[in-house]
Amino acid sequence: MTGAGVLGFLVILAVAAPFISPHDPGSIDIRARLMPPVWMDGGSWSHLFGTDNVGRDVLTRIIYGARVSLFIGISTILIGGLSGSLLGMVAGYFRGRTETIIMRLVDIQMAFPSILLAVAIMALVGPSMMNVIFVLSLSTWAPFCRVARGQTLHVCSQEYITAAEALGLKDFAILLRHVIPNILSPLIVVASFALATNIINEASLSFLGVGVPPSTPTWGGMLGEGRNYLRIAWWVSTLPGIALMMCVYSVNMLGDWLRDFYDPRLID
Amino acid sequence: MKRFIAKRLLQAVFILWAVATIAFGLTFLSGDPATLMIGDHWTAEQIAAFRDHMGYDRPLLVQYGDFLGRLVRGDFGVSVRQQIPVIELIWQRFPATLELTAAALFLIITISIPLGVLSAVKRNSLADRITMSGALIAQSVPTFWLGIILILVFGVTLRWLPVSGRGTFAHLILPAITLATFSTARIARLVRSSMLDVLGQDYVRTARAKGLSNWRVYFVHALRNALIPVITMLGIEIGSLLGGALITETVFAWPGIGRLTLLAIQARDLPLVQGVITFGALIFVLVNLAVDLSYSLIDPRIRNE
Repeated sequence: MTGAGVLGFLVILAVAAPFISPHDPGSIDIRARLMPPVWMDGGSWSHLFGTDNVGRDVLTRIIYGARVSLFIGISTILIGGLSGSLLGMVAGYFRGRTETIIMRLVDIQMAFPSILLAVAIMALVGPSMMNVIFVLSLSTWAPFCRVARGQTLHVCSQEYITAAEALGLKDFAILLRHVIPNILSPLIVVASFALATNIINEASLSFLGVGVPPSTPTWGGMLGEGRNYLRIAWWVSTLPGIALMMCVYSVNMLGDWLRDFYDPRLID
Repeated sequence: MKRFIAKRLLQAVFILWAVATIAFGLTFLSGDPATLMIGDHWTAEQIAAFRDHMGYDRPLLVQYGDFLGRLVRGDFGVSVRQQIPVIELIWQRFPATLELTAAALFLIITISIPLGVLSAVKRNSLADRITMSGALIAQSVPTFWLGIILILVFGVTLRWLPVSGRGTFAHLILPAITLATFSTARIARLVRSSMLDVLGQDYVRTARAKGLSNWRVYFVHALRNALIPVITMLGIEIGSLLGGALITETVFAWPGIGRLTLLAIQARDLPLVQGVITFGALIFVLVNLAVDLSYSLIDPRIRNE
């Protein structure tokens, strides 16, 4: 539950960013460059977490960075997760050639190191928020598809499905009323762990300089830029990293909690 | 058994074909590969000459056939920037990646398995709670950030270890730790849950009833059976690590396949990008094939599935 709390806090920060940020995320002030955080010698209350190499406020950029991480994380789960789950369900329900084709696609997708493919595509199509969402959704769908298929196979072997078929229900109605509600919980668990992975992957892309355009503040981008000033200004890359880690940790905790909630066998 | 092997081999060949096709398709994702690679600074004639040189003016199907034909013979093409065969560049870098993978793997196995077993055996004890909380934290640390922190602490502040390049054993320590952390955490968690499943089985009770020591029950009877999902996961890890650890190699300037890939991508060296992606997938598929076949030797139930 701590996980949900921290995550909720970050969501509020992200949504309210323009109202609570002490500065403008893009405002450059060369005179105030590489100022340390307030608790160090030379720090000032006007820049709580210090400033970066062109004098932008680190705290402000961390708050704005939460927007990008959460927005991209959640939209890739919605796009990749929904399409993967749908394909998996179709594969598990209709079986036959459809299933073979879909599952071979999963195998192919799984054979690509996901971050490598994402970086390669990003380099070719150019940095933009939409492109990041596209490539990360592409690396997200396969695990959902596997789990959805497995669960659907299991559900379809149950008697209530046979009963529904005997009653003359159409495929669509059976899927909607009987299959979806019964395969949902493991998919929610997969979604929470995939969210953590995608938040890290988005940050990795920005870190490598092939993610969201550098004009948008992102945690990964801040880390990548701050890396060059590591020896003289550790805070520029360390603090966004802590924000990123807290975010991912809270999502993982939520995932663990959900898994225990849906599968009580795993806890006492 | 022969049918099982044949089926798996066929599957592997199919996946490799698909991966190669996608790698081929990447070239045309941006429209005109010639313009993408050499940029706008060149005259139209120069770009046309380059297009002609690379064969991009031929019909797509002919290029595709040529690409696959060369691939089958182990010819990955020639790097546009370095004018060296791609396969040579890959073999130059492969030992570094192999070394890093081996070191990371050593850490992963020696740390995650004992911790996972300990956590399962002493379930809900303080040790279990500390280990599992630590694993969750370790799983949440982004690789590149961990690398930066290690550089900051052990390289910049304490000056104990070198922070970039390859050479002595000391160079290997920080990249190996960085690369191993996430997988160690993930596998420790998997070992724990797999052990918990196994410890409830009848044969474990039988082993206990025979009066065997706890140590023998846990490590000989239970662990062996609990390791099957762990080996699958390790196979996936090894397969993807050998394809190059893009981020760790970048952070530590480690001269392996991952760094080669990133440089190729940044330089828009398309034949090299195609080559490293296909190579990465090839290794991944081969390692997983080996893992699959190894189970069928260990566990006859899988062979007959």
